[in-house]
Amino acid sequence: MTHNVYLYIAIVALTTYLVRMLPLTLIRKEIKNTFVRSFLFYVPYVTLAAMTFPAIVNATHNVWSGVAALIVGVIVAWVSGNLFLVASSACVVVFLAELILVRGPML
Amino acid sequence: MNKRQFLRGLRVGIPISLGYLAVSFALGITAREDGLTALQATLTSLLVNASAGQYAAFTVMAAQGGYLEIAIVEAVTNARYILMSAALSQKLPANAKLWHRLVIGFNVNDEIFGMAIAEEDKLNPFYYFGMMVIAMPGWALGTFLGCSVGNILPERLVSALSVALYGMFLAVIIPAAKKNRIILGVVLASMAVSLALSVWPLFVGVSSGTRIIIITVVLSALAAVLFPVREEAAQDDA
Repeated sequence: MTHNVYLYIAIVALTTYLVRMLPLTLIRKEIKNTFVRSFLFYVPYVTLAAMTFPAIVNATHNVWSGVAALIVGVIVAWVSGNLFLVASSACVVVFLAELILVRGPML
Repeated sequence: MNKRQFLRGLRVGIPISLGYLAVSFALGITAREDGLTALQATLTSLLVNASAGQYAAFTVMAAQGGYLEIAIVEAVTNARYILMSAALSQKLPANAKLWHRLVIGFNVNDEIFGMAIAEEDKLNPFYYFGMMVIAMPGWALGTFLGCSVGNILPERLVSALSVALYGMFLAVIIPAAKKNRIILGVVLASMAVSLALSVWPLFVGVSSGTRIIIITVVLSALAAVLFPVREEAAQDDA
């Protein structure tokens, strides 16, 4: 039996929407419980840190250009904190590092 | 006030949109390899806006998995958004309207969430809408291009652009870590544990999405027990 692709897409879209929308609509009040408040306060930092490392090192064509992007990204973020500056300097560093690290055509 | 916040969201959304364009390009190529048409892949991107979730979905589609199966796979791959949405619910002003919440719920994802959390005060929904309006077309357009014309970008450029979104994450967490020693410790611990789990044989079979959830739940709970946030402190540092 072949499945309908559009039905697949509808199911995927609906499931994803429920996952995102339910916490936003069900938790309407400010949470008073200190533990829950603290837990949710730390969630973004833990999630974003864990998503960034080691993934950034494996995202590029070469591990060392990824390491360079991480180091430069951290330094620029520490000094300036400007979103666009941090993102673009990380990209530029990867490009420059791979000009040296990866010779010939990339596959 | 709301209009100005919306415009600010549009501006902040530009780099997000450009980063998406590059990332979703690769997603589009995968979609084509999994047998989807450009229309189907683009439609999925417009409706779902989730990278790992869409990769997983395309894989199940290619394997002709069941409808229930794809729903479960999707709920699991996207489970980290439960935590993000819960955190956002506390970032919104208590009087945010239901339709605000319903619209924001359409596009809770790593990057826009990161920007929303980086707000000094409560989150203005219109700032969020502005980011959505500019970021979502980037995601859909990149998917469309990747699926229809394949890889037109030189590989060197794709490799360089692949770190753009991680750079944005760093721009959210590092300035907060600079201001607050506890957040600095939490960030370093999260990265260390994330590295450890990525190479630990016991976790090799576990998808990266599930790993992120485990790390987030355990470390956030630990931090909440060890360093409970007092009302005023949360206001200052959030």
